[in-house]
Amino acid sequence: MEIDVKHISKRFGAIKALDDVSLDVAAGEVFGLLGPDGAGKTTLFRILTTLILPDAGSASVCGADVVSQWSRVRAMSGYMPGRFSLYPDLSVEENLNFFASLFGTTVKDNFDVIAPIYNQLAPFRKRRAGKLSGGMKQKLALCCALIHKPAALFLDEPTTGVDAVSRGEFWDILSEIKSSGMPVLVSTPYMDEASRCDRVALIDKGHILTTGTPADIVSRNSMPLFAVKGNDNYSTLLRLRAMPEVAEAYLFGQDIHVYTQPGVNADNLRKSLDGAEVTEVSPGIEDVFIKLMGNGQ
Amino acid sequence: MKYSVPWPEMPPEMNKSFIAFVKKEVLHILRDPRTMIVALLVPVVQMILFGFAISTEVNDVEVAVVAPHITPAVEAKIDQLSHNPYFTFKGYIDGRDIDRTLASNEALAVIVFDRDYTINGKTQLVMDGSNPNTAQTAAGYLTQVLDDTSSSGLAPGVTILYNPQLKSAYNFVPGIMGLIFILICAMLTSVSIVREKETGTMEVLLVSPIRPVMIVVAKMVPYFILACIDLAVILLIARFALDVPLSGSLAAIFILSFIYIVLSLALGLLISTLVDSQMVALLMAGMVLIMPVMMLSGMLYPIENMPAILRGVSCIVPARWYIEATRKIMVEGLGFGYIFMELAILTGMTLFLIIVSVKRFKKRLE
Amino acid sequence: MDNNDKVIQVTNLTKRFGDFTAVDSISFEVGRGEIFGFLGANGAGKTTAMRMLCGLSIPTAGTASVAGYDVGRQAELVKRHIGYMSQKFSLYSELTVKENIALFAGIYGLSRREIKDRSQSLAKSLDLGEEMNMRVGILPMGQQQKLAFSVATIHNPEVVFLDEPTGGVDPVTRRRFWELIYQASAAGTTVFVTTHYMDEAEYCNRVSVMVDGQIKALGSPAELKQTFNAASMDEVFRALARNATRNE
Repeated sequence: MEIDVKHISKRFGAIKALDDVSLDVAAGEVFGLLGPDGAGKTTLFRILTTLILPDAGSASVCGADVVSQWSRVRAMSGYMPGRFSLYPDLSVEENLNFFASLFGTTVKDNFDVIAPIYNQLAPFRKRRAGKLSGGMKQKLALCCALIHKPAALFLDEPTTGVDAVSRGEFWDILSEIKSSGMPVLVSTPYMDEASRCDRVALIDKGHILTTGTPADIVSRNSMPLFAVKGNDNYSTLLRLRAMPEVAEAYLFGQDIHVYTQPGVNADNLRKSLDGAEVTEVSPGIEDVFIKLMGNGQ
Repeated sequence: MKYSVPWPEMPPEMNKSFIAFVKKEVLHILRDPRTMIVALLVPVVQMILFGFAISTEVNDVEVAVVAPHITPAVEAKIDQLSHNPYFTFKGYIDGRDIDRTLASNEALAVIVFDRDYTINGKTQLVMDGSNPNTAQTAAGYLTQVLDDTSSSGLAPGVTILYNPQLKSAYNFVPGIMGLIFILICAMLTSVSIVREKETGTMEVLLVSPIRPVMIVVAKMVPYFILACIDLAVILLIARFALDVPLSGSLAAIFILSFIYIVLSLALGLLISTLVDSQMVALLMAGMVLIMPVMMLSGMLYPIENMPAILRGVSCIVPARWYIEATRKIMVEGLGFGYIFMELAILTGMTLFLIIVSVKRFKKRLE
Repeated sequence: MDNNDKVIQVTNLTKRFGDFTAVDSISFEVGRGEIFGFLGANGAGKTTAMRMLCGLSIPTAGTASVAGYDVGRQAELVKRHIGYMSQKFSLYSELTVKENIALFAGIYGLSRREIKDRSQSLAKSLDLGEEMNMRVGILPMGQQQKLAFSVATIHNPEVVFLDEPTGGVDPVTRRRFWELIYQASAAGTTVFVTTHYMDEAEYCNRVSVMVDGQIKALGSPAELKQTFNAASMDEVFRALARNATRNE
């Protein structure tokens, strides 16, 4: 495995940031770390990029241990931290040149790695990075992380604060990158981005809830789930919660998702709700996340 | 650091990344108008302010006189006063008006001559003490004039060496130098390093193969150069605009200043390792560095007049030693031999600060 | 709905900066108690439009009234009748819950008595006991968020503006937050949500999508998905914003 994390734990004072976290990323795989702010995603990235030391457990990147062989890991990793990590007062070109020389290479030597992304940035190459749109900044940051042809790519919440179009384009770029065989570990707080990953780990409060392909995770945690649509979702929700045949009900966009007690079907629900639209649906990653979070509490 | 891992060997192409790093820092400075103002305008403005506007010299002391009989002796004295550039004779007033004259700021001092005043006879001096510094200095001048028949304004027997006109610029130039280098090197570098922590670029830099110590050195190069430019500018203004003689060895001033600049850079680095936000870095630099330079280094207030505790504290303020040594060279025209102790103390402090701050500058985030 | 129930009325609202038209003659209405999603890509003009609606920026042309007051001429009155919460800033984390409530209630001119009453009812509805005397910064994210919303509506505003309210929180917390919004809407508060996260849009009654300063689509999420033959709001948004020419 190109990125291998074994039983990593880390605490900051009283807070357990990571609790016995294990995962692995193969060559040419996009692995998504899905979880809310404060779940421990950034801590894991910083351990893997040798910026902080784990309290327990071990991890390696392309065979190099992140603690004992940290300098090798640094030279091999491409890292895009969660925050906007470019120099806003330098132009697109200047940023790129700087990060290239930082790794002892030049933009010319490795242009092939970034060519598909850079072509979108080229019209703005004289513009200061601080004046780019969110989507463009993110692409520039990715270029800067890739410019030294890293052996593994670490992207901490690259799509946060970026609009839906740019996010879509960004995931397309990642699919292209992984085809070169590079392992990509990427984190996101947005459940809907799970579908763009080969495998994902759901993480909450430093704890991995489950790991697998999105389809696997959903089928493993599948239970009959009903989508209810009423005239007024809020009052319908309150009504559902008061019904004995309902185990759990929560808002889900325009619908309400309902888990029932065993033996209750869509018709039963429809009857008790007189007229509301009830359909059986297959759960998504977000439903699974909610369910697994509930189990943990 | 829990693990002591040797830094990786620097491959030859790393020189290139070092140069790229310095170039990037230069661009930051050039593109940030605030940095440019602090670095280049502030020294000039301070020199001019302290050199011309703010001075501890007292000029134009307005003097009123109470004299029951205007004897020839009184007239002679007043004639002497009005010819002295420091005083302006405002006229005779009645003894009952002393209070009103001082209160209405018509005069700063009132001289009351005795009824039968003869040369060097008895006089009384009434001063407006609302600004004690001015009052004290003016009283000093006046006493000398009144006690003395010569027109020099100084009592015979007192000879002021090195700064015969008691010009405050002589005193302030070394003080400003002590302040400016702390401002530019310590404040600007610490803010610039902490900014990278704040924006997240420090993470990327640390993850790159560049040696952490190189990040620091590369950051300091442009600020060192800036400080040298300021040194030249200050010396030029001092020599040609403020007529400070710069009588001592220029080489000594440069060597002393280089050490002090490096020391300031190390202080900036130390601050940057202690704090995580630019605002705190600014506050730290302001409170911990600039205040002591102004208050405790002898820049504004003589160290000899401080209480013993503050005198003790002033010993650990690097600016104190730098300012003292610079005064010796610039004003007294002394050579290396006389600033040996200051040089030794400053060098020691510099080495100590470099070691501590480089040790504290972590290769990791925690 | 008669006109009195149009809490927000926007007609040809325009804002130009020099020769750049940030907001280009937009028109829409939001009814009482409605949850209205205001979507747009980065740089589409969302923020500029919302600033005008909050009385922080004077329109170049067109009119807008919020809670019955004109945003250009009666900006101060508008500000008294709206609440505002953003994910980036909402409460002072180093003040206690009580202090935050007192501060914001005080800003809106509530009397000491009212502040006390509101604090008590808020403590009850959010199930806060000892937490009332704790610093906001140490409370869990979900609680902070709900508290921020309650504080933003402490003066019973007619409209509350939410700027990306639930970005980055876990799905359970997000749902609790949306329940609170639904509750407020059921009680008659109009909720105006700006976001570029489409999963937040799915919870709104109606949404508008801004592209290059103009509103390109307006309707319920279901209607829009049908019109654009899309499975999700994300697809709707991408279909609309793909051709955006502005890309600052």
